[in-house]
Amino acid sequence: MTTESRRQPPPYPPPHAGEGKHDNPPQAREGDAARPLPRRRGRVGVGAAARYVLYVIVIAAAFFGPANSARAVRPDEMLPDPALEARARDIGKELRCLVCRNQSIDDSDADLAHDLRVVIRDRLKAGDSDDQVVAYVRARYGDYVLLRPPFQEDTWLLWGGPLLILALGGFGAWQYLRRRRAAPAVPPLDAEERQRLAQLLDEGAQT
Amino acid sequence: MRRWLFVLPVVLFGLLTAGFYVGLYTDANVLPSALIDEPAPQFDLPPLPGEARGFSTADLKGHVSLVNAFASWCLPCREEHAVLNALARTKRVPIYGIDYKDKEPAISAWLKELGNPYDRIGADSGRVGIDWGVYGVPETFIVDRSGRIRYKHVGPLTQDDVERKILPLVAKLDK
Repeated sequence: MTTESRRQPPPYPPPHAGEGKHDNPPQAREGDAARPLPRRRGRVGVGAAARYVLYVIVIAAAFFGPANSARAVRPDEMLPDPALEARARDIGKELRCLVCRNQSIDDSDADLAHDLRVVIRDRLKAGDSDDQVVAYVRARYGDYVLLRPPFQEDTWLLWGGPLLILALGGFGAWQYLRRRRAAPAVPPLDAEERQRLAQLLDEGAQT
Repeated sequence: MRRWLFVLPVVLFGLLTAGFYVGLYTDANVLPSALIDEPAPQFDLPPLPGEARGFSTADLKGHVSLVNAFASWCLPCREEHAVLNALARTKRVPIYGIDYKDKEPAISAWLKELGNPYDRIGADSGRVGIDWGVYGVPETFIVDRSGRIRYKHVGPLTQDDVERKILPLVAKLDK
């Protein structure tokens, strides 16, 4: 995802005002050209129901069509070797686009994501292993670039937190059940109490 | 019985509030750099058209430097430029520019219009920016005498940033 201000073509001076403190290169959206909108034809005789069905098909196509699965990877970025390209895709899915933050570089249209996709492919072509490629990007952008945080010193609470809460809850439940079981059984009624109970039941039967 | 258990929600609430308070004043756009205290990357950038010298790793050796990633298409850089011009006039630290993903004649016109505070500028297609961990412009680095990155500032420098952070750090590293 990119902000609206960065979707402009790069004219000068740039019309996109830097609302943020930090700017990224202006760019056109590739997806738009690749997926032309179907033309609405006001054909005579086509009923409202037919048009409605058409809309549903168009909208469904927009959601589930091939354009969506192609992600942001551009054809000119792709490697000719399908095995290498597949590895590049797998790596790209694991790396965060630092411009959009919650998209992987494979999903993002941002310029930096494009550059990083190219870098990944260059490293793979140079013979790097997947781990080496990830280490290369991580050395420059830090742990934050990894969408799957590694288990280490400063993330043990993140990974261990759910287990910790489960353990605490389990301990609490165990304590509660143990105390309930240990509670003394209710003593049987003595003669006086039995008499009073019978009296109360009789009163209830009369009304 | 177990009086302290009643204090627990209050303590948890206090911790949560403290967490939110800190979060409220933390700029989520600023990411910590992975390159602090690391040697500056190896690079050799070509000069802008019409200029004699580019900017390379060798320029950073032997003195404290300020490296500024900028671009003519970047509006916050325009805002920052006056601050850099003022800093250049003090001659306290050489200012080097990484012109990030820029185009001619936009960049020449930009420097002509706003002035040129840079001792050297290298034209970067984006690759050297990645080596510096740049994820947007402007970003500013302080590099020490041995060529290690010691500080990174994300976003435009203000006069206040220069006086409170940049200049004291330059003075400290210069000693």
